[in-house]
Amino acid sequence: MKCAVCGRKAAVEVRRQGKAFCPEHYLEWFEGQVKRAIRRHRMLAPGERVLVAVSGGKDSIALWEVLHRFGYETAGLHIQLGIGDYSERALEVTRRFAEERGLPLYVVDLKEAYRLAIPELAELTRRRACSVCGLTKRYVMNRVAVEEGFDAVATGHNLDDEASVLLGNVLHWQTDALVRQGPVLPAKEKLAKRIKPLYLLTEREILAYTLLRRLPYQHEECPFAQGAKSLLYKDALNRLEAAMPGTKQTFLEQYLKKIEPVLAEGLAAEEVELTACERCGYPTTGKVCAFCRTWDRALSFAKKKGKLAGEVRFEPAPKPLFFAPSAS
Amino acid sequence: MRVILRTPERKEYELKGPLRVREVLEKLGVVPEGVIVARGEELLTLDDKVEDEETIEVISAVSGGRG
Repeated sequence: MKCAVCGRKAAVEVRRQGKAFCPEHYLEWFEGQVKRAIRRHRMLAPGERVLVAVSGGKDSIALWEVLHRFGYETAGLHIQLGIGDYSERALEVTRRFAEERGLPLYVVDLKEAYRLAIPELAELTRRRACSVCGLTKRYVMNRVAVEEGFDAVATGHNLDDEASVLLGNVLHWQTDALVRQGPVLPAKEKLAKRIKPLYLLTEREILAYTLLRRLPYQHEECPFAQGAKSLLYKDALNRLEAAMPGTKQTFLEQYLKKIEPVLAEGLAAEEVELTACERCGYPTTGKVCAFCRTWDRALSFAKKKGKLAGEVRFEPAPKPLFFAPSAS
Repeated sequence: MRVILRTPERKEYELKGPLRVREVLEKLGVVPEGVIVARGEELLTLDDKVEDEETIEVISAVSGGRG
């Protein structure tokens, strides 16, 4: 198999485009795809500051690398979830990446900020770890971005994430979730813009980029991801993709082009106005936001069970630690 | 040939070569869309041939549980 650009031996095949590339031209193609997505959806304007949500996995690391290479003013945000050694190693790789490039990094340690780690939060609230983890991450990302003056939060969501979420939402006809599926969620009062610059690149393509650029990343999977429905959906979509290259991209892109606008218009009348959470002041559809409700309840249970001292109070501010880039 | 599977738990297999990458993945029941195959630092395409004395790694690209 030959490189579509120079004819040398190919290293990475992009079957959905019927092309293959040598390492040099693959990197060029990959970065071109991200640049195109940013331009096409007007994700970032010149001079905007971007907070990159970095777990330490391949997607967020590749995203930070690309945005940094494009010359955007970026800082990383890593959320320490407190999932044993897995989280320790995630922080280690994220700090190494930031230090090697002289990039600023914010770290929010959930156990320090809110007194509980994700496994305890899941146990106390009797909810799935992925569910409370997602809720917490979205809140913390937004709040740090707003309070530290960033214009956008960038996440490493890729084509497989987006297509599998779409499949899950379609299978259950989750119409309210379906209209929030786009690659850009615009800013509102106290809500930072959210962008997904890698949304048209597959996990496989991102891994190839990470390996060819020799970026440090965390290989291991979160222990709570085992048996997650998203993995089942991804596997089903990958089987379809193997038989019909381009299926994932068509599924997502055509949904965003043809269905999402109609659905959004149809549901506009049902849209609930956002108000300020009575507890933290951040936007919510009810009186108290889901984040404050969940954590407040978990802390109360923890105190009842004697896991936390009675005087401990829930305080919604995430209190990020800031690691400035070293002088070298 | 030695095939190291990182999906992401590490497993090792011995297969009789030479084989194309596509055939290796078929024998192991791995869907090609979810992995990258590497020989040292060189990334391989499905058509590449792997000799009997060589070692390759099959690295999973799939991650789950994203909120």
